[in-house]
Amino acid sequence: MTLRRDISLLLFSVWRRNFEVSLVTWHTNLAAPLVETTLYVLAFGMGLGAYVGKMPYAGAQYSYIIFIAPGMISTTILFHAFFSCLYGTFVRMYFQKTFDAMLATPLTIEDIIAGELAWGATKGALAATLMLALLSVFGLVSYPTGLLVLPLAFLGGLLFAAFGMIFTSISPTIEVLDLPSFLVITPMFLFSGTFFPVDNLPAWARFLSGLSPLTHVVYIARGATLGVLRADMWPRAVVLAVLAAGLSYLSLVLMKRRLIK
Amino acid sequence: MAVTEDRIPEPVIVASELVKKYDGLVALDHISFEIRTAECFGILGPNGAGKTTAVRMLYGFTPITSGSVRVFGLDVATDARRIKMRIGVCPQEDNLDPDFSTLKNLTNFARYFRMPARKALRRAEEVIDLLGLQDKRGEVITNLSGGLKRRLLVARALINDPDLLILDEPTTGLDPQARHQIWDSIRELKRADKAVLLTTHNMEEATLLCDRLIILDHGRIVEQGVPEPLIEKHIGTDVIEIPSASQEIIADLRARGLEFELHRGRLYVHSRDRDRDYGWIRSEAPGSGLTLRRATLEDVFFKLTGRELRE
Repeated sequence: MTLRRDISLLLFSVWRRNFEVSLVTWHTNLAAPLVETTLYVLAFGMGLGAYVGKMPYAGAQYSYIIFIAPGMISTTILFHAFFSCLYGTFVRMYFQKTFDAMLATPLTIEDIIAGELAWGATKGALAATLMLALLSVFGLVSYPTGLLVLPLAFLGGLLFAAFGMIFTSISPTIEVLDLPSFLVITPMFLFSGTFFPVDNLPAWARFLSGLSPLTHVVYIARGATLGVLRADMWPRAVVLAVLAAGLSYLSLVLMKRRLIK
Repeated sequence: MAVTEDRIPEPVIVASELVKKYDGLVALDHISFEIRTAECFGILGPNGAGKTTAVRMLYGFTPITSGSVRVFGLDVATDARRIKMRIGVCPQEDNLDPDFSTLKNLTNFARYFRMPARKALRRAEEVIDLLGLQDKRGEVITNLSGGLKRRLLVARALINDPDLLILDEPTTGLDPQARHQIWDSIRELKRADKAVLLTTHNMEEATLLCDRLIILDHGRIVEQGVPEPLIEKHIGTDVIEIPSASQEIIADLRARGLEFELHRGRLYVHSRDRDRDYGWIRSEAPGSGLTLRRATLEDVFFKLTGRELRE
């Protein structure tokens, strides 16, 4: 494939289109992460946290809400990026025929899919940023390491966006999109070290958890918000980057196969 | 430029031997045609004849199984982006952005052509005026009627001031007022030396607008030419419709060497001398609800593609 020729800066016109559509409903888009964060802090911080007590992590003790704050951020990245390129892209492709309209302009399929992925990553990153800001107000984030969450959110966002795009490319109807939601996303959400450390799980479960990209996003985010940078964060970041690039490419190939007839 | 006045202008589209196969099924079977500037070229045919497939090949949307298309002298297979910079496409189905207003649909679309914001806004206002959408400038798309959406689709296809406009059934489902407005804009484009490619199964539209046309059926070109001479060639000048055919009339028609079509008991007599033919038919079948009318492209269409339902 001649990716260099077929991908251009015009991808940002696709990104911009989605951004401007989201501005039409900016209040809900802004409110969702903020309301979510507040509810999480109330439920887990004051509710569940009171029973759990202190969490040991990296040789220190943390309150439960501080422990799960990076888990909340990471799952927010996952949900916003994944669903943007799952239902969002599917609706644009299938019901609104937006891509058909774009393909009659100088845009290529490569531009369109890259723009969609970039938008999915942006959505994940924006939601994570809002959540990080609010969690900081609650005093649950260490700085300056906490700022590492921002590039992580975009990287993780791209990975999950591509993941969603792959399901979009192979789903015949919108109903089928519910399958990855509960078969892949729910287990990932629960068993990636988001709400409890994976170290306590049996070996096979730890192994499965290690396969979930979210586990590594959570791991890096936790180091960042707790202010304990560890050497094994960086190789994980490299794995995430390679995975993001690989899945993005795969999603493009699959979408081309779907759209070109 | 006077010395070049008798030079034939460079064709805008040269399509040669286009073939499209889907899983062994032949959708287009060796189609060739050329379109020149300041010309409206029509592709006619029943549903499923291959019109949209042919059109989509012209801007690289549908890959070509074999054959070639050159647009503005460029190969679609390798230069699709440059070609698409200079064409406007009005699709058959509504693919406007439902979340945007009329104006925003246009300015957003302009960005796909790398148009700077200020120029995009100016151009959007121009095409809004051209299609009479002034009152709907700020309206959200979901509030627009089918006719307004279609006019906006045409306006959007003009946003980049294209040298070639592709209209895929632009007036299907429109009321006469909206249809005529779209026809007027097509004529205006021709005057501005643009090339227009029109697919339609509205024969009146094709007769009024097309300088030349092809009729497709089952993926093949069954006829091509200029509308009026085609009517003259296949039908003549007039058609006399006889609601209830009798054996005697049919025998008479045969004896006089007149061409006719018989469909569900109704006779369509093709006439090249209407005074003579209508005269004797009226005397043989008095008071039987005869109709005398001008021959149309629709008669040609039926003659070539049959009257049986498609799909």
